[in-house]
Amino acid sequence: MKSIDGRAKVSPAFAGDAALEVSHVSFAYGAKKVLRDVSFTVPRGRITFLLGPNGAGKTTLFSLITRLFDATEGRISILGRDVRNTGHKALAPLGVVFQQPTLDLDLTVRQNLAYYGALRGLGRAEIRERTSRCLAELDMAERIDEVVRTLNGGHRRRVEIARALLHRPTLLILDEPTVGLDPDTRQAIVRRMHELARMEGAAMLWASHLVDEPETNDGLLVLSSGRLVASGPVGEVVEQEGAVYLAEAYTRLVRRSGSP
Amino acid sequence: MRLSSYRRALQGIAWREILRFLSQRERFFAALVRPLVWLFIFAAGFRATLGVSIIPPYATYITYDEYVVPGLIGMIQLFNGMQSSLSMVYDREMGSMRVLMTTPLPRWYLLLSRLMASVLVSTIQVYTFLIIVYFYHIPIPLVGHIAVLPALLLSGTMFGALGLLLSSSIRQLENFAGIMNFVIFPMFFASSALYPLWKIRETSPLLYEICRFNPFSWAVELVRFSLYLQWNPIALGIVLGCTVLFFGMAVVAYDPSFGIQSRRGAPGSN
Repeated sequence: MKSIDGRAKVSPAFAGDAALEVSHVSFAYGAKKVLRDVSFTVPRGRITFLLGPNGAGKTTLFSLITRLFDATEGRISILGRDVRNTGHKALAPLGVVFQQPTLDLDLTVRQNLAYYGALRGLGRAEIRERTSRCLAELDMAERIDEVVRTLNGGHRRRVEIARALLHRPTLLILDEPTVGLDPDTRQAIVRRMHELARMEGAAMLWASHLVDEPETNDGLLVLSSGRLVASGPVGEVVEQEGAVYLAEAYTRLVRRSGSP
Repeated sequence: MRLSSYRRALQGIAWREILRFLSQRERFFAALVRPLVWLFIFAAGFRATLGVSIIPPYATYITYDEYVVPGLIGMIQLFNGMQSSLSMVYDREMGSMRVLMTTPLPRWYLLLSRLMASVLVSTIQVYTFLIIVYFYHIPIPLVGHIAVLPALLLSGTMFGALGLLLSSSIRQLENFAGIMNFVIFPMFFASSALYPLWKIRETSPLLYEICRFNPFSWAVELVRFSLYLQWNPIALGIVLGCTVLFFGMAVVAYDPSFGIQSRRGAPGSN
């Protein structure tokens, strides 16, 4: 069986290799500390959800991983390469879906993906082929020549995800990719991303504040007031908190950390 | 990243800029209308009253509208440079600069590519203007249209780098209009674009000195000399030096997080 890029599906043995390691990372905007001694790893082949209320530090953490800023303390490495020391080269295996829409509204879906492919050093034929495959995987193939401005929010989000997958990233960072979408579209995207994580063997770090998105076997990180207050498989975290549902466990963790 | 990756990224950025330019036709016409109004109305009005004596690079007396053409080319490039920086501030606020900044290429190279793409657009605008000027029977040597290309690329890069530097210091889109007024108009009017500097010296020595220190004057003179197939090493040196200086400062000052931080506090941000 082949994946979207024609590669063989990932064997279970593949899952577990750490694609991202965050070690003792702290960060402050001036005097305001937003991340405090955060450490975790993100393994390949599955989704790791990063849950936290607004203001928990999720977007800041993503900004550090994508080198928008550099961490003042600690170390972040992607596939074993320190992002601060390796510089821009460390970003090569990374695909990002930003919280804010970042598509060019006046260009078509095809043009947006072609632009991104060129930035990632792909040739024209490669871009054409991968664009078709990635869009087909997200049920967007028939909209390839539509101008992004004419698409609805759900479709735009799918295009952003297809774009992030275009260069076959080993690590995919998704910053609240389903915010503002209707429940059906949200579920469809969550389901699709689970399939992709399994099929592609990619590591995915998915920031969210929606507790119904993770599945029992997904990885879970709970960030609150800049601190990591829980980490592990979703099922284990729920069990450790003596809760039945993730929502209940999450609420307890966040309240205990002192977050409003 | 291999060398081909650098080339493809540059091509991609330039291609996107051209597509955006083509999709915004009003931008194209606005860029042309401005210098044409100056040429057809302002310069035509002064044509009868003002002649320009023989000064390099001109070999004969010339009419005012012939004199003003290089200044209007500078105007197109200056506005385009500022427009490009405005679009960079917009992209930063909208987040699309983040897509560029997460590309595994050096930040200076990405900014330079973006700059070169905007220079390409301004060069297309300038040549469209020169075609109209040609049919308006202003006697610019035909070979001058080709000889001016390197000067256009260099001066366009200088204005783009200046725009980039300004955009680096602007935190929000709303602050941009004020900066435009403080940069574009003083640069354009306090220069050799509309009047020869020796005429300015006769009326105000202070203004003359200001015009001499204005990089826009030197860019206009570089274009003027190139159009008439003459060499102006001082203008070339100054424009080249300013380009390197502005771009270097812009790369150091560029902070893609400005827009992100200005959005902090918005719903959903954290």
